[in-house]
Amino acid sequence: MRAGEVWVFSENLDLTLEILSEGRRLADKLQTELSAIILGCNIKEEAEEIAEHNVDKIYFMDNPAFKSLQTEPYLSVFMELAARHTPEIILIGSTKRGRELAARLAARLKAGLVQDAFKFEIDEKGMLIASRIVYGGNGVALITYQAKPQIATVPPRTFEKAKPSDKQADIISLDVKLDEPKTKVVEVKPAEVAKVRIEEARVVICGGRAVAKKEDFKMFEELASILGGHVGVTRPLAEDRKWFSEWVGLSGKKVKPEIYI
Amino acid sequence: MPRIIVCIKYAIDVSQVKVDSATRKLLTADAPRKISDFDENALEEAVKIKTKYGGEVIVLTATAENASTALREALAMGADKAIQIQDPKIQNADTMIISNILAKAIRKVGSFDIILCGEASIESYSGQVGPRLAEVLGVPIVTYVSKVNLEGNTFTVERRLEDCSEVIMVNTPVLLTVTKEINVPRVPTLMDIIKASKKELLTWTLEDIGVKGEEIATPSIRVIDVSAPKIERKKIKISGESPKEIAENLVKALIQEGVIGG
Repeated sequence: MRAGEVWVFSENLDLTLEILSEGRRLADKLQTELSAIILGCNIKEEAEEIAEHNVDKIYFMDNPAFKSLQTEPYLSVFMELAARHTPEIILIGSTKRGRELAARLAARLKAGLVQDAFKFEIDEKGMLIASRIVYGGNGVALITYQAKPQIATVPPRTFEKAKPSDKQADIISLDVKLDEPKTKVVEVKPAEVAKVRIEEARVVICGGRAVAKKEDFKMFEELASILGGHVGVTRPLAEDRKWFSEWVGLSGKKVKPEIYI
Repeated sequence: MPRIIVCIKYAIDVSQVKVDSATRKLLTADAPRKISDFDENALEEAVKIKTKYGGEVIVLTATAENASTALREALAMGADKAIQIQDPKIQNADTMIISNILAKAIRKVGSFDIILCGEASIESYSGQVGPRLAEVLGVPIVTYVSKVNLEGNTFTVERRLEDCSEVIMVNTPVLLTVTKEINVPRVPTLMDIIKASKKELLTWTLEDIGVKGEEIATPSIRVIDVSAPKIERKKIKISGESPKEIAENLVKALIQEGVIGG
């Protein structure tokens, strides 16, 4: 029997492209099809662009209900699709929204979920093995699934973006009755963030609890400006000492620089 | 007056996990246990809501080991009642099973207005139990909440995401998962600790809440290995006569490795 499809989804379309490249590898290994689920408002062009990135199918729905980025409308689509097809693997972008969506979807499908997986393998029975960091960075766990679909979230910058190819995916327009969100967004405030996004920085100079005074970060800033980098801190400095509004690490910004000091 | 349930994890203190240097395995069995950090924030917020509006705070945990010490601490922090569902079989439970156990325990507890959980556990930072529990119970959920305001039965909460914060309105009954920024958990006074010793601490078995053997025997995932991560270091030592020379040699080495442009 042919394996079910591999699905890829993120509300962040750049992240969708990154996960597509790993999705391709897994789909090829299982000799099955790779599909991207593209949901949003006024995103037809983006969907057409993603269709040119070595993917077999695009499940596409353009609806104003996705504008507020709340979880329920996404869940409606996933539940409808999962009832029609039986996916083998579902990979979801690990943003905070994605992590919530994945956990709620897993609960509804009574499926297993591995959050923040950074590596995948297929075992001899064709089941997925996902690697993730546990115990605050002290361990790497290898986790296997007992049933399908096998769901995992993938953090940004884990895999290289999929490259454009000659293949043109079929775009399948969906018409699903969407659930109303039970939460109402009354305001969206931009986060107080630095000019450069630290996730994108090539050089990160990170300070931790050993730094005695906030003023000492001037040295970090100086080094960062010489190297063309970005200063980051660990969670205790951001949260307990309130010196910064964001931090680097498992629960904060995930960085993948070329130089990390 | 709100009835608040706080779900906590009796977790391994990750800052005290040691590694067996021969096998690279983590010695988790020897590491001390405590209330998972973010769950303390959830409890603190529950006590704050109770102080303002009255009501009752019930702490709940599903645990393989006896978590009485941690639950006494929760009672000292201001919870009115603590319940542990304790069974050695919970050791191998995944988040699906834990959320099913908690849901059944909550049904036995009776009605509730608010359920508070930490955003994730310190052990695995997976963040699944809160969202899964909300689905099993069929209640709305807001995750990563960093600020709350309750008026009547409507919450206005702030939700902290990567690039923005959302202000969200939601009605009770509701489940919220909270971040560390929401508050600073109190340190109980001696008086609080004495008072806590007289509060109700219950231990329920899986049978007490109607969880059958097969429900706990079939997790959705299985951990096949946990090892300390291997970080390959090149162990290049940069030396020189003066700081200037050392710096020049470092730059040379970095250019050679191709990490910075020449």
